[in-house]
Amino acid sequence: MKQIEVTVNGKLEKIEVRPSETLLEVIRERLHLTGAKEGCGVGECGACTVIMDGLTVNSCLILAVEADGKSVVTVEGVGSREKLNPVQEAFVEHGGMQCGFCTPGMIVSGTYLLEKNPRPTEDQIREGIAGNFCRCTGYTNIIESIEAAAGKMSEGGES
Amino acid sequence: MQEYSVIGKPIPRVDAVEKVLGDAKFAADFSFPGMLWCKILRSPYAHARILNIDTSKAESLPGVKAVCTGKDFNGWTWGFMPQTRDEPPLAVGKVRYFAEAVAAVAAVDEETAEMATELIKVDYEELPGVFDPEEAMKPGAPAIHDYVENNQSWEFHMDYGDVEKAFAESDIVREDRFQTGKVITGYLEPPAAIAMYDANGITLWGAKQSPYFVYRHLAACFNLPLNKIRIIQPFVGAGFGGTKNDSVAGDFCSVLFSKWTGRPVKFVYSMEEVLTTARRRHNMIIHSKMGMKKDGTILALQQKIIAEGGAYTAIGPLTMYLTGAMTTLPYKLPNFRHDAYRIFTNNPVSAAMRGHGVTHTRFAAEVQMDMMAEELGIDAMDIRFKNAVKAPHETINRVTVKSCGLTEGLETLKNTDTWKRRGKASASGRGVGLAAASYLGGARQLGHQSCAALLRLCEDGTVNYLTGATDCGQGSDTVLVQMVAEELGLRMEDVNIKRVDTAVTPCDPGSYGSRVTILAGAAAVKAAQDIKGQLAEFAAREWKVQPEEIMFRDRKAFIKSRPDQSMPFGKLAKIACYSGSGAVIMGRGYSRYGLERYDWDKGLGNPGTSYSFTAQLAEVQVDLETGVSRCEETILAHDCGRPLNPINVHSQNHGGTIQGLGQTLYEEFLMDEGKTRNPTLTHYKMPLSTDVPRVEVIDILTDDPDGPFGAKEASEGCIVSTPPAVVSALKDATGIWFKTLPVTPEKIYWALQEKKKQTKDK
Repeated sequence: MKQIEVTVNGKLEKIEVRPSETLLEVIRERLHLTGAKEGCGVGECGACTVIMDGLTVNSCLILAVEADGKSVVTVEGVGSREKLNPVQEAFVEHGGMQCGFCTPGMIVSGTYLLEKNPRPTEDQIREGIAGNFCRCTGYTNIIESIEAAAGKMSEGGES
Repeated sequence: MQEYSVIGKPIPRVDAVEKVLGDAKFAADFSFPGMLWCKILRSPYAHARILNIDTSKAESLPGVKAVCTGKDFNGWTWGFMPQTRDEPPLAVGKVRYFAEAVAAVAAVDEETAEMATELIKVDYEELPGVFDPEEAMKPGAPAIHDYVENNQSWEFHMDYGDVEKAFAESDIVREDRFQTGKVITGYLEPPAAIAMYDANGITLWGAKQSPYFVYRHLAACFNLPLNKIRIIQPFVGAGFGGTKNDSVAGDFCSVLFSKWTGRPVKFVYSMEEVLTTARRRHNMIIHSKMGMKKDGTILALQQKIIAEGGAYTAIGPLTMYLTGAMTTLPYKLPNFRHDAYRIFTNNPVSAAMRGHGVTHTRFAAEVQMDMMAEELGIDAMDIRFKNAVKAPHETINRVTVKSCGLTEGLETLKNTDTWKRRGKASASGRGVGLAAASYLGGARQLGHQSCAALLRLCEDGTVNYLTGATDCGQGSDTVLVQMVAEELGLRMEDVNIKRVDTAVTPCDPGSYGSRVTILAGAAAVKAAQDIKGQLAEFAAREWKVQPEEIMFRDRKAFIKSRPDQSMPFGKLAKIACYSGSGAVIMGRGYSRYGLERYDWDKGLGNPGTSYSFTAQLAEVQVDLETGVSRCEETILAHDCGRPLNPINVHSQNHGGTIQGLGQTLYEEFLMDEGKTRNPTLTHYKMPLSTDVPRVEVIDILTDDPDGPFGAKEASEGCIVSTPPAVVSALKDATGIWFKTLPVTPEKIYWALQEKKKQTKDK
């Protein structure tokens, strides 16, 4: 066992981890933040996407010990029930989900994309969520949601 | 058209906020104190006798609490019909497909359980396997089930009109062999559940699309009455038929372990387990023979189907039924013969998937019709206008169509710029294709059929809504709440829908065959009417008018002839609830249509309550050097009667189309003697955002008389129309007809090479 210190959604956590434990396991099982999901467990589906030190990662591929000293943002950290972030709001309004299993990862990727590129083209949005597999929606409404969020954010910025 | 307040509006999903916050809890998100983990040991052979299983080493590993094998289920087996109950929870005596479940372990954590499965020693005697249905049918092929001759799992025949006479009268007759691929539903959430067995019986929190299937399975397996079986429905990470309609080995083993240990037991399958063992769509060989008059009128269709069933029967008999009974739509077909054979092989089990049964035969018939139209010099649009059914219509096997927007859909597509690009590709590799399909909604089955709803009025005027129908992602909770709110004149937030809990919610057949909106919807409307009837009595008493005079709208009750005389709905609810002892206002409703039986042996009668119609354009770009193709655009003209929530219905159609596109161009299990060689999402290639176009949906409104608020099914039709539409576009782009799915770049490349060679030889 090794003790790691990781900041999750702004809160410093000190956790004893096994060498084989993944960041996803720490998030879900130790911190009980079950928003991030395990779909494939091998970094192919993006359901476990979180932001670590300013980059989106598949948390199922990150060993907990690698997260030592890092700052992690999960879907629970990007918005709240009282105040959804613009991407969450747009997903609600434009139907950017069906079953919701890929949604936490999509929200994190969409939020990250708009932070880096507030006015993405459709192709850039498609690239931005290319690591997030969705079987339900065919992506059309997800892309429209992210476009709508970008539109709203830029309106907000101008006012 | 009546003006509705919530029906037909693009209202956000009732579960949307939970989902975007990551708060929606799926089965794997639950854990309980003292919980054990269950892991399954799977077979390393596709066909082998089990000689001995030694579990002693696994049992002695610290942390292991129990180990079970097939014999612990005392010979119990399950299946779709009494005569097809051929599947044990864990293999007994022999294994029939690679990675079939053989034994299971319960341990204090997941790692220990996993390690312990590796300590179970199984002695096998490998048997010769058979992996191709045409080989498996031959006399002398390895027998997969001892009681079955020539590995024939099921057969189904239909014979209507006189096909031989019609072929003789036809101006052209064509025979082709089509083949569909080995594909899977592709939900992202692997099967998972937590089981608890105690004095109250069994409680299972499971990722189930049709929890009442599992409810019956567990009662039978553990010999308990149904009132001791409680399936509680978390959010479900999609279904699309098959596996999540059924039980899986993990369910049975977790319940058994909980019974033995008294502790809650959890399992979560890995994606590799899903891709190697979960139910797949039947892959089929379709020998199709069509007869046509010179003017394009279809006179006859004869099809012989060889369907790969895999190792067990599952719901295969229904698949065979639908491949035939639904072929008589969406075109007029006066003579039809259908002979379907479902064949066991040593491959994973085939079962239902979105577009169940219909995708295969419609693909074949659609493409063959186009080939014949081409021979006759008839345009693909015109041949469809010529043959399209119009409502009212009764097919030769008595499928009755009361509403049909196919012709209008085709007209709509004909006027698009996309269609105008058809045939203009020449050497560019661009092509436009067209197809059409019909799909049943409100599926009937031979057993329990009716949906029910219970509404409990709270004294503040809000409503609890109990339904046995499962929202596995399709959005049915939202549309059902819309119906209740509309009927009661309430707002969405006034109606709280409860997810399935079989101890509380009314029994429901399940979320398959596009039945929820139509049948659970009908029940919801009736339950709301029941509440209204009871409340109207109280209002009428207050105002001294007849109950029929009372209307409900905008959270108010009022008198029809004096709309200024109104009372808040909440106030009326309070008056009613406080009116005296026993004043409990509950609404009950159940679906009544879809109850007449159909002739299961002959394919006669309605397999659904109503039928959707889809006309679809697809535009592809093919790289004529490499064979890589891409769908650049697709438009659906879709008749679902009336979309009760346009965002939801469109999204369903987007998803069905892209799933169909994946199975047309990309997806295919690569099998090697029963082993799945591509059990990962990288290698079993389902579409990502960068692979697909936006899907455009144009609603064709037909207001079906049997749908609640005119609604019919959505999105099973488009997964049927997508493969032929894309194949038709590939033909337009390359001049080549592809008859085997999926149409991979390799197939396109070699076909183009062959075409070049033939052109040169000429």
